[in-house]
Amino acid sequence: MRLLLRRDLVCQQAVELVTEYLEDTLSRSARRRFEAHLAACPHCTEYLAQMRETISLTGRLAPGDLTPQMRDEFVDLYRRWQSEQQ
Amino acid sequence: MESDGELLLRLRSGDERAFVSLVEHYHEPMLHLAASFVPNRAVAEEVVQDTWLALLRGLDGFEGRSSLKTWLFRILVNRARTTGSHEQRSVPVADPEPVVDPSRFDGSGGWADPPEHWIEAAEGRMEAGKLADRIRVWIDGLPARQRQVVFLRDVEGMSSVEVCAVLALSDVNQRVLLHRGRSRLRQLFEDEFREVR
Repeated sequence: MRLLLRRDLVCQQAVELVTEYLEDTLSRSARRRFEAHLAACPHCTEYLAQMRETISLTGRLAPGDLTPQMRDEFVDLYRRWQSEQQ
Repeated sequence: MESDGELLLRLRSGDERAFVSLVEHYHEPMLHLAASFVPNRAVAEEVVQDTWLALLRGLDGFEGRSSLKTWLFRILVNRARTTGSHEQRSVPVADPEPVVDPSRFDGSGGWADPPEHWIEAAEGRMEAGKLADRIRVWIDGLPARQRQVVFLRDVEGMSSVEVCAVLALSDVNQRVLLHRGRSRLRQLFEDEFREVR
């Protein structure tokens, strides 16, 4: 087992860097350290996969549909605006 | 949806279907966003109505320097903020509170209670159509500013640049809010699918 270098990340620090990693805003050296940590740490690798999954699941929420009544209200709104234009 | 340019052309030339299609796309997301600024649903609806009218009235002046969506959401946020807003804009977001409970790490900062697996279980329940409502509730339960950022970034799929423009946030604050919001949601997924022990 090698000695823990001062520059090495621990898990508790790595989880705070996940968003910066995904946003690609880490410096090159910070990114290298983060990836080196992941390569050696299955738990943080899982954690990162879960953050990606969280983003993916959230991105699959479908917007609600307009009711026919709301649709009519908006057609009215548009027509009123048009008559204001003239 | 068609390009902003085509849509604008149709809106300006009096094509009401173009307006309805815009409303169909953005009304719900706008209500959602408005609700995170104002005290109740009725006020949120008023703010959104006002925004639609402001969009129509501003059409001729819109120069397309941002996307139509960014412009629309910005109008909304500005209106929501001036309409009896209860959010505090000046709250510093760079608060040092950790996103994972410190008791899950050992003395040297390594996992003592590592993340439990839940991805497959969540996928299964999402496909069965039984998870989306729950995720909505979780997002609604986030603090307002985290909710706004997570909603625009991850539900609406806007870029960080667009979200900063819509919410008038700095890059760093946007990222901190996103980090806290997403991390909280991840924890909620883990709690939801934690095996009963």
